[in-house]
Amino acid sequence: MVRFHRVSKSFGDLEVLRDINLEIAPSEIVAIIGSSGSGKTTLVRMLMTLEKPTSGTIEVDGELLWHKKENGRLVPADEKHLRKVRSKVGMVFQQFNLFPHMKILRNVTEAPIHVLGLSREEAEQEAISMLEKVGLGDKLDAYPSQLSGGQQQRVAIARALVMHPKVMLFDEVTSALDPELVGEVLQVLKEIAAEGKTTMLIVTHEMDFAREVADRIVFIDGGRILEEGPPEQLFGNPRNQRTREFLSRFRRTI
Amino acid sequence: MIAIPPPFDLLPTLWRGVGVTVQLTLFGSALAFGVALIIGFGRLSRFRLIRLLATVYMELFRGTTLLVQLFWAYFVLPHFGVEFTEMQIGVLVLGLNYGAYGSEIVRGSILAVPNTQIEAGIALNMSPWQIMRRIILPQALLMMLPPFGNLLIELLKGTALVSMITLADLTFQGTLMRVSTLRSLEIFSLVLIIYFLLAYPLTLALRLFERKMAEGRS
Ligand SMILES: Nc1ncnc2c1ncn2[C@@H]1O[C@H](COP(=O)(O)OP(=O)(O)O)[C@@H](O)[C@H]1O
Ligand SMILES: [Mg+2]
Repeated sequence: MVRFHRVSKSFGDLEVLRDINLEIAPSEIVAIIGSSGSGKTTLVRMLMTLEKPTSGTIEVDGELLWHKKENGRLVPADEKHLRKVRSKVGMVFQQFNLFPHMKILRNVTEAPIHVLGLSREEAEQEAISMLEKVGLGDKLDAYPSQLSGGQQQRVAIARALVMHPKVMLFDEVTSALDPELVGEVLQVLKEIAAEGKTTMLIVTHEMDFAREVADRIVFIDGGRILEEGPPEQLFGNPRNQRTREFLSRFRRTI
Repeated sequence: MIAIPPPFDLLPTLWRGVGVTVQLTLFGSALAFGVALIIGFGRLSRFRLIRLLATVYMELFRGTTLLVQLFWAYFVLPHFGVEFTEMQIGVLVLGLNYGAYGSEIVRGSILAVPNTQIEAGIALNMSPWQIMRRIILPQALLMMLPPFGNLLIELLKGTALVSMITLADLTFQGTLMRVSTLRSLEIFSLVLIIYFLLAYPLTLALRLFERKMAEGRS
């Protein structure tokens, strides 16, 4: 479903990601862990087309994301191509990024109406059932600022889901929340995972959660994938010295 | 005819000027708003030439005085065969001048919408135009309201300068009557009060409008 092939990314002189190779199967749930500044956000942002790779290729659902083929050669993608492939990807941000000038219902219907071309009735019907699913059926007429962080994040998840992306990206979606609100958001993620319809790429510091829902854990350090494997193996018996250090540091600070 | 006691006997003549002042304010600010949007967006254009032209425009109008711009339009334009009425010149110069200041408000407000909002729009696969129209502009307009309100009040007060090109606004009627009656104290006190009575309700109305628009959002 997703394929990173020899992807590198630099900001000016700073090389943030180096030679990333990563393949994710349809419906697979992959958790990305690693210390702050290791390049996790940059990795998912490239997949959301918010950041352009310096070199290498990314494929989504069999299509090149940042390139297209012209007479057998790879050329940089134009806006039209980007929009086509981008429609397969959705993302939830650390800071929710809801639209503050729209009520909750409108936050969730805006893109289905104007991007997918749904009628208002269709869009509202689906938005309401999605909002009910994340436990916010009673907040349709509220503004984002009137909601708690956990509620806002659940709206953001609903807003991404109604676009029916094949791949969902979650970038530390609980990091900005008060500890008592983390659970309600993780619960929603678990439900999406349990449905098994969506490929998920989850950047997280919630190790217990990652262990429970992920099919595979990817450990990134210093812009490289240092180790990956099933949760039992990576958490239970990490091979790499740096992974061991990272995990033990984590257990101590939590 | 019943005689109106002084100083209110001056009011009917001044009143004729009020109409002109209000017209100038209305049409001048409408033009200023349009100019502000065009120049403000121009300064954010992808194209260098457009950015340059918009910046030159803004700096030119902000860097020269309104009064001389009025004189220029009134005395110099006819030499090029361009003839406008005094009212047209007043509206045009006020609109172009205050629009130059307004463009800075437009530009600043659009830039003040956080980048993360644009990214949220991209993540929902909105087109650049949809992101501008549905995400950035509504938030930017809300931020523009208070400074545009101030500019509108400034423009209202700035209309007094058109009396210098013999447009018969409130100030012009005042100066005219001073010459004929020499009752300076009464005339200019009344003129001051009338300007205030025009500006203050406008300020209050703008404040109410801002509050209405900001409802529910923080
Ligand atoms: N837009 C940017 N410009 C310059 N440096 C950046 C930018 N975005 C991220 N970086 C740098 O790239 C590195 C990786 O950042 P990030 O991907 O956010 O890491 P993580 O999400 O793992 O904390 C950091 O050193 C960060 O400072
Ligand atoms: Mg990050």
